[in-house]
Order: sequence, then structure tokens, then C-alpha cells
Amino acid sequence: MQMKSLKKRIILSTALVAFAASMSVGHAQERNVKIAVSIPAATHGWTGGVVYHAEQAEKEIEAAFPNIDVIVSTASSASAQVSSLEDLSATQDLDALVILPFTSEELTGPVEQVKEKGTFIAVVDRGLSDPSVQDLYIAGDNIAVGANTAKWLSEKLNGEGEIVVLRGIPTVIDDERIKGFSDVIAKTNIKILDMQYANWNQDEAFTLMQDYLAKHPKIDAVWANDDDMLLGVIEAVDQAGRTDIKYALGGNGMKQVIDLVKKGDERTPISTPYPPSMIKSAIYMVASQFNGQAPMRGSFRLDAPLITPDNADQFYFPDSPF
Amino acid sequence: MTISAVGTTAPVRRSRIRWADLAPFIALALIILVGTLINTNFASQANLLNVITRSAFVAIIAIGATFVIASGGLDLSVGSMMAFVTGIMIMAMNGLAPAYGAWAIVMGAGVALVVGALCGLFNGLIITIGRIEPFIVTLGTMGIFRAFITFMTDGGSLPLDRSLREAYRPVYFGSFLGVPYPVLITFVVILLGAFVLYKTKYGRRVVSVGSNAEVARFSGVDVGTVRTLTYVIQGLCVAVAAICYVPRLGAATPTTGQLWELQVITAVVIGGTLLRGGKGRIWGTVAGALILEIIANVMVLSDMVSEYLVAAVQGAIIIIAMLAHRLTSSR
Repeated sequence: MQMKSLKKRIILSTALVAFAASMSVGHAQERNVKIAVSIPAATHGWTGGVVYHAEQAEKEIEAAFPNIDVIVSTASSASAQVSSLEDLSATQDLDALVILPFTSEELTGPVEQVKEKGTFIAVVDRGLSDPSVQDLYIAGDNIAVGANTAKWLSEKLNGEGEIVVLRGIPTVIDDERIKGFSDVIAKTNIKILDMQYANWNQDEAFTLMQDYLAKHPKIDAVWANDDDMLLGVIEAVDQAGRTDIKYALGGNGMKQVIDLVKKGDERTPISTPYPPSMIKSAIYMVASQFNGQAPMRGSFRLDAPLITPDNADQFYFPDSPF
Repeated sequence: MTISAVGTTAPVRRSRIRWADLAPFIALALIILVGTLINTNFASQANLLNVITRSAFVAIIAIGATFVIASGGLDLSVGSMMAFVTGIMIMAMNGLAPAYGAWAIVMGAGVALVVGALCGLFNGLIITIGRIEPFIVTLGTMGIFRAFITFMTDGGSLPLDRSLREAYRPVYFGSFLGVPYPVLITFVVILLGAFVLYKTKYGRRVVSVGSNAEVARFSGVDVGTVRTLTYVIQGLCVAVAAICYVPRLGAATPTTGQLWELQVITAVVIGGTLLRGGKGRIWGTVAGALILEIIANVMVLSDMVSEYLVAAVQGAIIIIAMLAHRLTSSR
């Protein structure tokens, strides 16, 4: 008796599963537009934010447009990204590809091959070596991140004072930020006492700031070039009990720092965004190509406006890891 | 004949070994001297305390590594393991905080020690029972632990609960009779490490396994157990370092402890422990950790080197120190 009912139940549940499966297949077939999103894996704060925003965009777009299927794929290195591109385009008929390339040179060829099949290409943040491959290009502005911070700082210091700067990892991103910043500072009487690498790492920033504090008895302001590093800097300044440092600024728009800005912190009253949400903007723009016919081509450079207590809410994502 | 030969060479060799053993301390003294000459701020109390305090992490982990390396092993996973243990500890503390208040810190520290010991045991068992090269095993676990912390933080950061930060902060920033707590903790670990390595039967077995595993096995030493335990000691040291580390920045991130394994191994080798095993120098290891941290500090304090070349100068100093070491010990 018991055995029988168990058997029945198994048959019933198998039938249910089969039914559900057939339903979902039918559902998927309706999604006839495929958008692949290829991004770096979450290995540090900023890429963590990119993954978060890409996944959010996937959910929102699939809920809004029943015909669009968004496939998010993360890769941990340039060569892994090339492999995943090959896999994606070999197994599926892609209508569009949104890609944040690991490196420009290595990814240009593989993306070109995807394009040859008639796939719409949107490139985010890091450009390809050959810009003619992309239909759409969306990027932040690292020079503006440095320059806008420098303008604000020189106004606050009345164009005078002594500051220290922390650099990230030696890359184009770091070079551009530093260039944007030092070009503006060079036109003022502000003196950059010191500028060394701390590799966008909180611990190394803490250590480097301790050394700066030991070396320079008076520092008016510090620019950490990145909010992750800024948190280490603030900890070192607090520990030393130094009150001469009027401003400690970062950049990138990390949520802990935006939170400081929102609360009206006197030492960190601003930040500048280099928003990981740009991947989301790109996915939305691409989705609009396949819905309601809003064709868009060209390059879009996001500005880096100052994040102040007034607009901080727009840049604050409490659920994002970044 | 043989007896008289041993009798004549022994005193000579002893004085030679002693000279070589002093090498890391002489190098340390030299670097401190150079630092003092380069920048007057170097010798200030605040700067020296900063440098000694932050070298505590590498020093503590390196004491564990001295056991592993002296026994002929190697552990590349310590940096990632440190990040992983930090992550688990913060999660445990945050979870326990509402129910137990500040006691959550003590309980979290206990969790860290258990997790650290288990991570070490995992490494040790795979190496000894699985009979796989320690380099490969710990290269694997290095990736595994790093991926776990990245997963736990979603690539962002895992912060310690605000309610615990004030209570926990003194463990890094506080001091007892002017000596910062991390330095005191390091001192306790040094004394324990030196006692176990030099004064116990287990310590002598570690060295004998490292110098010749076959001979040790024939003389009745359970080589597998001795080796496995060195990795457990390493895991415990990593956990102690994590306990000192968390109150500093109050968060774990995917870059926590990145490349520390190389600093740790460098500190151990500068300190006079042989990378191929058979010789362990606890105090030398600590001198090695201090040397690394002070070189970095002096680089920042001096304006002589371009920021692009700092790493090159650091590398050169380490190689020169090792060459000097070799010359003094072979003379």
C-alpha cells in the first residue's frame, strides 16, 4: 500500500518535472534575442560592482522584455575571456555582445570574429585596439576623475598648500588619473610633497600613509586616487591623531565612502564617480536596439561630476559589494 | 684518528656557525643605521613603533613558516589562508555580536584558531598522505582560499560590525606599558616557537626530518606526523596574525594578504633558515621580517629613488643581503 503510493508520487512528480521543463523550454523559445555580456570576474571592489550591476541589468531587462535573453559570463583573465567568447559565439546565435575587455590588444581579434557573424558589438570602459569593431562605446573619464578632484581641492585650499598623493597599480587608468590631477595642480601654488604606489590596496595605503605622516610634519590634504585606498589612509591619519590634514579624498564612488559623503564628513566631503554601473547603462542601451527601435551608434564618455551630500543618493548602492 | 679529527674541527665550526647566525642581525643593524642617516624622522619613536607593529603579521606567519621550511616543506597558501581566516572570523563575530556583545570578539578569535588549524591540517594531510609535492598542494590551496574570500566578499569588502570595532580596535592600536599589543603578541609567539623548535623532542624531529627524511624514518621518527604538524602550527600562526590584522582596517577584501607568502618565505630565508630544510632560525626569521618592513619604510622616507624603481631597489637589497650572508658563512 505504502509502496504503491510512493510509486504514484514518484510518477506524479516526474510528470510534474517534465511538464515544468517543457514549459520553460517553450518560455525560452520566446526569447529570440540573445545578448551576451562578457566581463571580468569579481576579483576586487570595482569589478565586484561590475558583476553586481550586470546581474541586476539581466534581471530587470528579462523582466521588462520577454523576448530578450541576457547571458552574463565572467572571466578571470584575458585568455579566459577569449575562450568564453569563442564558446558563446560557437554555441549560440548572438544578436549582441556587451564586453568589458580585460586588455585591448588581446581581445580585439576575438571580438572582431564575433562581429563577422553579424553580432552587434558594445564595448565598455577599456577600448579595443581597432575602434571600427565597435558599434557602441561607453567609458568613464579617468582624466576627469583626477582633474575634477584637483579643481575642487585647489579651490578649497585657495591654491596654496602641501599635499601627498597615493598611486594605484602602474596602468593606463592610474596614469590618466594622475595626469588629470597633476596638470590642474601644476597651475596652482600647491606642492605635491610625495607620490608613490600603493597598488589600490587598503593595507598598502595604510602603510604608505603612515610613512608619509612620519616623513612630512605638515600635510594639508591627501588624494588617494581610489576610495578603497582612502579607507586605509583615513585609518592611518586617525591613528596618528594628525589634525593638520584638512581633506582626505579618493575617487571611484565606493559605497562606504559615498556613505561618508552623505553624512557630511568634513574631511571627506566629496568623491568622484567612475561608476561600475556603466555596464548596466551599456546593457540597457543595447536592449533598446531590439525593442521599440531606438538605434544608437557612437561613443559615450561618462563625466565624473563631484559627488556631494546633495546628489550622493544617486550614486549610493547599498546592496552592491562596491 | 677520527676522534681527534672531530676534536680539532668542532670548535672552529662552532665559531663559524655563530658568525653566520649573526648575519641577519648585522644586516638589520646596518639597515637601521642607513635609515637613520637618510632621514631624521626614521628614528622617531612614532615611526619605529609603526614599522615594528605592522611587521607583526609577516613575523608571526613567518615563525610558522620556519617550522614548515625547516622540516623540508613549503607553504605558498599562507597569504590566501590569512584572508580566508579573516573572512570567516569577521562573519563569526558579526553573527555572534547581537547575542554576546563584546564577547563575540573572543569567540570569533577562537573560531579563527580552529579554522586556521584545520586549514593547516588540510594542507599537511594532502601533502603527507597524498604524497604530493608541498609546492603543488599549497599552490592549489592558495587558489582555493583566495577564491573563497572573493566569493565571501562578492569581490567587495566584508566589514566588521560597527558595534565591535571600538572594543576590538585596541588589539592593533593599543599598547601595554608603551609596547603595542601586536608586538607583545609577536613576542609570545616567538618565545613559544623558539621553545618548541629548540627545547622539545618535536622540534629536534622537525629539523632531523628536514635534513634527511630517510635517516629520520629509520631512526623511528614518524615523518608524516611531524610534517603534518608543522602545517598545523603554520595554520595556527596564520590565525594569530589574522586576529591582530582585523582590528586595523576592520574588513577583509579579496586583496587581503596578497603576496604575503613571498614576503614570509623571504623573511624566513633572510633569517638563516635553509630553504631545503634541516635548519630553523626563529629569531633570524623575525629579524628577516623586520628587515623587509624597514627597507620599504626607508624607501618611502628617502627621496633618492624614483617611485617607479622602488621595487627594484628592494629586490637588489635582498639579493645583496643574501650574498653577504653566503660570504660570511662560507669563509
